[in-house]
Amino acid sequence: MDDIPPYPPIDPTTFDLIVIGTGLPESIIAAAASTASKSVLHLDPNPFYGSHFSSLPLADLPSFLSSHSTSPSPPRSPSSDDPNEFSLLEFATRPLYSFIDISTFSPNLLDQHSRKFNLDVAGPRVLFCADKSIELLLRTGTNQYMEFKSVDATFVGDNKGNLWSVPDSRAAIFKDKSLGLVEKNKLMRFFKLVHGHLAGEQDVKISEEDLQSPFVDFLNKMGLPPKIKSFILYAIAMADYDQEDTGVCRDLLKTKDGIDQLALYNASIGRFQNASGAFLYPIYGQGELSQAFCRRAAVKGCLYVLRMPVTALLVDKDTGCYKGVRLASGQDIFSQKLILDPTFKVTLPLGSSPPLPLKEKLPFFSLKDDKGKIARGICITKTSLKPDISNFLVVYPPRSLFPEQVTSIRLLQIASNLAVCLPGMFVLYISALCNDDDQGKKLIHAVMNTLLTVPLDSESNAAVQSETAEIGSAVQDETSESSSGGPSDSGEEKPTLLWSALYSQELTLGQVDFICSTPMPDGKLNYNDLIDTTFKIFQEIYPEEEFFPETSLENPEVDGDASPET
Amino acid sequence: MHGRPRKAPKPEEEAASVAKAQKLRALQTQFFSFHHNKIYTKEAVELSAKLLEINPESYTAWNYRKLAVEHYLSQPDCNPDWIKSVLDDELRVVENALRQNFKSYGAWHHRKWVISKGHSSIDNELRLLDKFQKADSRNFHAWNYRRFVAESMKRSEQDELKYTEDMIYKNFSNYSAWHNRSVLLSALFEKKAEGFLSKEKVLPEEYEFIHQAIFTDPDDQSGWFYHLWLLDQTVTTDSPLLASSWPGHGYDVFLVEDRCYNGSAFSPFTALHSDSGSFPIVLYFNQPVGGVSSSTVTVECGFNKNEDLLWKPLSASNSQTARVWVAHLKIPSSDLLSTVEVSVGHSKGIISTRGFEYSHPSMFSFKVHVQPMERDFFQVSVAESISLREENFKIYGSQSEESIINSFNQLSIKNGHESTASNWRSEALAKEIECFRELLSLMDCKIGKLTLARLLMAYDVMSYPFANKLVHSEEVLELCSDLMKLDPTHYQYYKDEHSMVLLQKVTSSKESLLQHCFQYKDSVSSAICGPICLRLSNLSLSRMGAFEKLLWVQMLDLSHNELQSIEGLEAMQLLSCLSLRNNKLRSLTALEPLRKLKLLRVLDISYNQIGDHSIDTTRYLCSSPLSHSVGSESNKDETVTSDVALIDNWEAFYIFKDFNLNQLEIVGNTIADEKFKSVLVKIMPKLKQLDGKLLG
Repeated sequence: MDDIPPYPPIDPTTFDLIVIGTGLPESIIAAAASTASKSVLHLDPNPFYGSHFSSLPLADLPSFLSSHSTSPSPPRSPSSDDPNEFSLLEFATRPLYSFIDISTFSPNLLDQHSRKFNLDVAGPRVLFCADKSIELLLRTGTNQYMEFKSVDATFVGDNKGNLWSVPDSRAAIFKDKSLGLVEKNKLMRFFKLVHGHLAGEQDVKISEEDLQSPFVDFLNKMGLPPKIKSFILYAIAMADYDQEDTGVCRDLLKTKDGIDQLALYNASIGRFQNASGAFLYPIYGQGELSQAFCRRAAVKGCLYVLRMPVTALLVDKDTGCYKGVRLASGQDIFSQKLILDPTFKVTLPLGSSPPLPLKEKLPFFSLKDDKGKIARGICITKTSLKPDISNFLVVYPPRSLFPEQVTSIRLLQIASNLAVCLPGMFVLYISALCNDDDQGKKLIHAVMNTLLTVPLDSESNAAVQSETAEIGSAVQDETSESSSGGPSDSGEEKPTLLWSALYSQELTLGQVDFICSTPMPDGKLNYNDLIDTTFKIFQEIYPEEEFFPETSLENPEVDGDASPET
Repeated sequence: MHGRPRKAPKPEEEAASVAKAQKLRALQTQFFSFHHNKIYTKEAVELSAKLLEINPESYTAWNYRKLAVEHYLSQPDCNPDWIKSVLDDELRVVENALRQNFKSYGAWHHRKWVISKGHSSIDNELRLLDKFQKADSRNFHAWNYRRFVAESMKRSEQDELKYTEDMIYKNFSNYSAWHNRSVLLSALFEKKAEGFLSKEKVLPEEYEFIHQAIFTDPDDQSGWFYHLWLLDQTVTTDSPLLASSWPGHGYDVFLVEDRCYNGSAFSPFTALHSDSGSFPIVLYFNQPVGGVSSSTVTVECGFNKNEDLLWKPLSASNSQTARVWVAHLKIPSSDLLSTVEVSVGHSKGIISTRGFEYSHPSMFSFKVHVQPMERDFFQVSVAESISLREENFKIYGSQSEESIINSFNQLSIKNGHESTASNWRSEALAKEIECFRELLSLMDCKIGKLTLARLLMAYDVMSYPFANKLVHSEEVLELCSDLMKLDPTHYQYYKDEHSMVLLQKVTSSKESLLQHCFQYKDSVSSAICGPICLRLSNLSLSRMGAFEKLLWVQMLDLSHNELQSIEGLEAMQLLSCLSLRNNKLRSLTALEPLRKLKLLRVLDISYNQIGDHSIDTTRYLCSSPLSHSVGSESNKDETVTSDVALIDNWEAFYIFKDFNLNQLEIVGNTIADEKFKSVLVKIMPKLKQLDGKLLG
């Protein structure tokens, strides 16, 4: 902490917009506002970009999580005796992470190489080749700051540790060895039906009545067997909740939405020539996305200051209108608009009413955090879960691991060829929606126990220690063939866990109320919903401005430019 | 490169095209002057390269370059380095040309030519091919060239097989990849490569593989093509077999001079009248064979020398291979009872068109009885013309049931030797049948129905010798009728299949066949007379088949059908009386098979469509006086005839000149006007009766 330099003074002191926090939504808004010729100051109390969307070195992740897990300190009494004409409303932090559980089974190795890891705080996450994030990257030219690689396959897992490849295309159905001939035929005909419907072919139109019905009912109507239904619902349409148990399903997918998901998936496959699967993952981790949009904003004149905590909000004493913020340096900076990271909340002094002009605005996001939580897990291993393939997604549909499992569990394995870990190692990101911490822990553990060997703390530590040296030397050898997984492991043996982090994250939504605040990472696999929300927030603060107008293109990009390097 | 819609050219594109044409024309003019003057200077050769880069289709330019290369290589001061640089230049020009158009025949050919010179590295070629197949994995030129390269490199078939598999996994709608697979497997079957197992082992795996494609996307054609190839590989036995013969094994053949043998002790099935002093022995193979002669087939009897027998192939084309072979035995003059033994294939030489040796030597024997002459049934007089009218037939419900059964059972040769090795074949077919029944239960699919029909037919044919009945014929007939409705474009094909199955069904059992057996009873004479007449009228047949079971037929009634062709009928060597009344024969050339029926005396082709169509398209399909195949056979002198009428009726002359007819009905055809009939009388001086009128 000593190496943090004294806060530099910021000049100028007045901006159109101040954005606090460099998470993806904030970064996109900063870039969009800069593009619309607004003067923007982008602050982050952290010494890195990305906030809750960042990718962190191994050692930094636990401290980041725990720093956001404390209860808010009770608001200090407002310093109403401020000499200026402003009232000060102090910022408090929300507890966003709970139940943080870090286990290290190979301390030496991982400590020494902490900086070689780039662990996503909001994993597992991928970009669909045809989704809104890719469109946004291409439209804004932000793709020039990033490189991607293909996530090569999707599997569906079962409670015996088997991984079944998801037949998600014509070629994959043909090649699949687990599907029977009849199943292949039915699945392909269903894909063709959807394709025909989307292409607007008259004779294959899906009726409006069907489109409004639950997707699962439609799949039943099409006579698809349970196995295929499960593939489509959870591994292609990426449904979160058990679609066949309306008692527990909080998010029943309609046919219309299911078909849209299939369309997105289908459009993603083969969009880029060197991406074999439907998904992309950024080299150096998901945190690169926030950083890339920040660069995009900086090019347009946005001013960046990291390691700059903000202590209080300045509001007009008379009108109660927002005026600016007070920085940890003591400097006051003024702006018309403010965007706030979900970390912060402004506590109104007891007894005082919120400023009237702002109160009149109707909130357009739900204020209640009733979306529950998401349990996340990060595991590091030295062998791939599947030989011959290093980057892939696994989905555990509801009830696939244990009867009370009501949500899908997703797992993403990323190898060192994406520069997220030491050569020869693999990072597994696991997540599942849950109601409370215990449920979440049970879900993540169920996957870990199915797929991994978790060393018992005391006795195995020695064994792991001795193994560590071996790994250390193996690491050097394997650098050249990092993607080949652990060649020494037989197929039967489960990879051994080296390190893990488990935590629950609040699914705080963005809100426009007294001030605008951005959402936490959601429970989805991609950024589509977050980008929608971000767009709405931008529209709310700048209703007159276009969100990245087409004319803002500096270098018109061709599709191929976004294709991952392989 | 497939499925891209063609766009109308924009004005600037058209302008560019005009400019290109101008440039090309200038280049071409200059090039031709070099070419004609045999100028092979560096400058001249470079010009041709420029031309080919713009237009890789310029064959002359490719040939010019070949000449130039030959010219360089024939120089006295030519050394290996020099040769290599010349040839490398050629490869580079080809590659540039292919970049312009990778489907240029000339360019690919030139590359083969250069590589065949043997001075260039062949490893580069596979790399180049990978590039082209990435651009278009179905480019058949690249596949073709790949086969050439693989052969030159001596790459193993297994490696190439693996390559096709990879390509198929990438996209199974790749006809070229499936095709190459069939080529490679055929080569391996032929070689019976070490470690590479027999058809028995490989075909079930291939079926499994193709099912994945067919079930995943039944609308994709490439898989069905490959399946058809697999079916063919399953059904066809390598070595040819003798399917049937006339006379059959154990026959008592009665050679009678008198056709009225009422009350005689012999069966009307096997009594044969002959006025030509000889009788035929017919061998019917399951596939076309060549090499049948008195050295490969031995006939032992008391009254003919084997060496004197001349075996002739019976086929529409005049090739030396045929399914049916015939030889004629001379009938001895006196009363005789003699046993004839025929052994087929005891010495090598009978070879199928696919190059496989006849490897199942077989033997059959029959007895020949000769009866003294009394009078000739076909000696047509006023009272005794043959009239195939309904009232003249009596169903063959004979009192001597026993003898019929015996004689029928003798009609086919059982091929016991075929049963042994073919278990896997019928098992494979049974599995396929089950599989496609399942597909059809999932969805309606025309090609699926057709495939099921083919499978069922093949299964029936294969199991017939053991089951002695065709269990699936009803189902196949239903599938064919279904397809005729579903797919009217190919109506005629399904109709033909329907006819074939129907005929097989009719001939499959004694009971069903007997329902079609009649005896001719003249309205004048009271006696039941003559041989059995097989009546297959009113069955809406569009094609004739099942010949191997019908070799014994002497009178055949095919009237009131929809026959457009009588292809294969030449196998029925004993036919003496044939009715094709009320069919859809469209031309005289359709009658060609009848030219080979030496015993045919009575023919009814009335009420067909001969002459309806001024253009006879069958001319292009079967041999006719206008095609080369006939030219060799026909005597040039015959064509030079002074008779104008004959010249105008070339086809009639060609078809009828060899006929030995007594009686012909041709009324009801557009062609059959009085003038034409007079021509016919001229062509066939022996004709005694035409359209019911006695001829003077």
